[in-house]
Amino acid sequence: MSKRTKAILRQLALQIFLLSVLVTVLFPILWVLSLALDPRDIDKPLKLTLIPPGASLKAFQKILFGPFKLLCTNPADESTCMRFADLLKNSLIVALGTSLLAVITGTSAGYAFSRFRFIGRQVGMLGFIVLIMLPTTGLLAPLYVLLSQIKVGGETLRTQLPGLVLAYSSGFLPFAVWTLKGYFDTIPRELEEAALIDGASTFQTFTKVVLPLSVPALAVTVLNSFMTGWTEFILAWSFLEKPTRFTLAMALRAMQGQFATPWSEFAAMSVVMTVPVMILFFALQRYLVSGLTLGGVKG
Amino acid sequence: MATTEMTAPPQVQPGHWAQLRKRLRASRTAWLYILPAGVAMLLVTLFPYIYQIWMSLFDYRVRNLRFNLLDSATWAKYAPPFIGLDNYIKILNSQLAIENYDFQRLLAFNVTWTVSNVFFHVALGIAIALALNAKDLIGRRVYRSLFILPWAMPAYVVALTWRNMYDDRFGAINQLLAVINRTFGTSFPTSTRWFVVTQPPIGGLLSFLPLAFYCVLLANVWLGWPFMSVVATGALQCIPPELYEAASIDGATGWQKLWKITIPLIRPAMVPAIMLGTIWTFNQFNVIFFISEGNPFGRTEILITQAYKLVAEQRLYGVAAAFSIIVFLILLGFTMLQNRLTRATEAYYE
Repeated sequence: MSKRTKAILRQLALQIFLLSVLVTVLFPILWVLSLALDPRDIDKPLKLTLIPPGASLKAFQKILFGPFKLLCTNPADESTCMRFADLLKNSLIVALGTSLLAVITGTSAGYAFSRFRFIGRQVGMLGFIVLIMLPTTGLLAPLYVLLSQIKVGGETLRTQLPGLVLAYSSGFLPFAVWTLKGYFDTIPRELEEAALIDGASTFQTFTKVVLPLSVPALAVTVLNSFMTGWTEFILAWSFLEKPTRFTLAMALRAMQGQFATPWSEFAAMSVVMTVPVMILFFALQRYLVSGLTLGGVKG
Repeated sequence: MATTEMTAPPQVQPGHWAQLRKRLRASRTAWLYILPAGVAMLLVTLFPYIYQIWMSLFDYRVRNLRFNLLDSATWAKYAPPFIGLDNYIKILNSQLAIENYDFQRLLAFNVTWTVSNVFFHVALGIAIALALNAKDLIGRRVYRSLFILPWAMPAYVVALTWRNMYDDRFGAINQLLAVINRTFGTSFPTSTRWFVVTQPPIGGLLSFLPLAFYCVLLANVWLGWPFMSVVATGALQCIPPELYEAASIDGATGWQKLWKITIPLIRPAMVPAIMLGTIWTFNQFNVIFFISEGNPFGRTEILITQAYKLVAEQRLYGVAAAFSIIVFLILLGFTMLQNRLTRATEAYYE
């Protein structure tokens, strides 16, 4: 076999392998897209079609502008039903609130753990790593009980969106602190020392030197915390009571009935919920691996 | 990991007391920095954990929800009765009055689920990263950007989508089988009810795994390998090509290069990713809860979904708290063990 045929055969084998992976990756995505674009707004898809005949955006129109008939304060009155804009507002409050809290608290705590040698540091750091073991779902019982005990404006905090933000943060913060601390560890201390010699205050070195260098880790924290708030279902479903406070994730689940799933609408809603996350993901993609400095336990 | 180790500059010993005073003063500045974040975390993160431990020692039920730490009038009346380790004993001995509850089975399934998933994630992730790293590959950039799609999609949406794909009548999987039957003349069944079938597809040692297990496994492998692949790609690109050239000159085969150069050199990057992946998979709530829902008969239930059901369905808050702590301790033990193992082998390699 000549060198050339060998190279061609190798290329062929690689392409076959990678194409079959590609088909598997794309299959569920294309299925959802095809359902979402189906003009018949089908309730019961019985055939696989890649591009449905006469694709239309009817399903998107319906979910973006129509009322969600399963999420109404008064089921008899359509004007009390939630609309997409209301759900979006709630989702954004929760997602942005969670990322804001995670970034602010995580950054300052992560920086302190990385740079200061103080009494209780070792214990604190070990504590955080240990707390990553349990996801927020594992804290459901105490969070439910605790948030029910705090009353704000005549209602328990549990049934309000800020309560949800607190709950998400409790699960997410240890991870944020850990990631950020690990990343701060990789920034040479000499840079800060140089700034200090030039007359900058400690706070200035933090905001002007360390933070700009930490964009990858900050990006990862923002992305992950936003994603938590945007897609979390279990706590929201267990805590919230009023449909006016429901989020997009809850609406998506509500569409999946035991016996009747409005397939096209479900698919359209999935697409609408995925697109913002994907945009964020691809915008921050180059930071994702470098920002995830795993195992920054030592030091 | 690239952490910069700081070595303290050599100091003249100024005596114990002065040193302690100095350390305390340094601690004070540090604590000032950490105070706002510290208070927030104490309230938001640490307090729920402590409360969880406290709750796990009590028979905490729905009526105890009226108990309020902030209102002393409720203390005597609604305080839950202390029962020591009863919750833990009941959980571990499978004495909870819940349908299909068996702790040993749950734990065995959870471990099987984690090991099989992480194995496929890592093996596929590395294999695909290697293929994408091959010299003169056509379409590398297209593949790379499309292959991270499963990672970029919210796991929650993906789980609901796969759930619908497994629908026995309207789902894509059965319809795909029908298409394959038509094209190739095969005769796969096309109306399988994936999560209802109790007959295990593989007998013998693996007969405790129902068909539903392979379905959720497939969905979670789809979801999980791109992360490992991205980590592996990053590590592969750091390997100097001279190593391979030198190995070729010495007459090494491709297989030898893989096991003697590639795998040992990407190992430091893969180990932490695998540890994280293991914890994530062990607690992969979305895939189990939304796709198989624990069916058939709770045989695909994992610990974390069971913990959720204890709160949401049974409303046994105390038991649920104890359950979560058991999950926590299992993972803690696992992490410590793995840490020790990897450290031991690292020392061996260096």
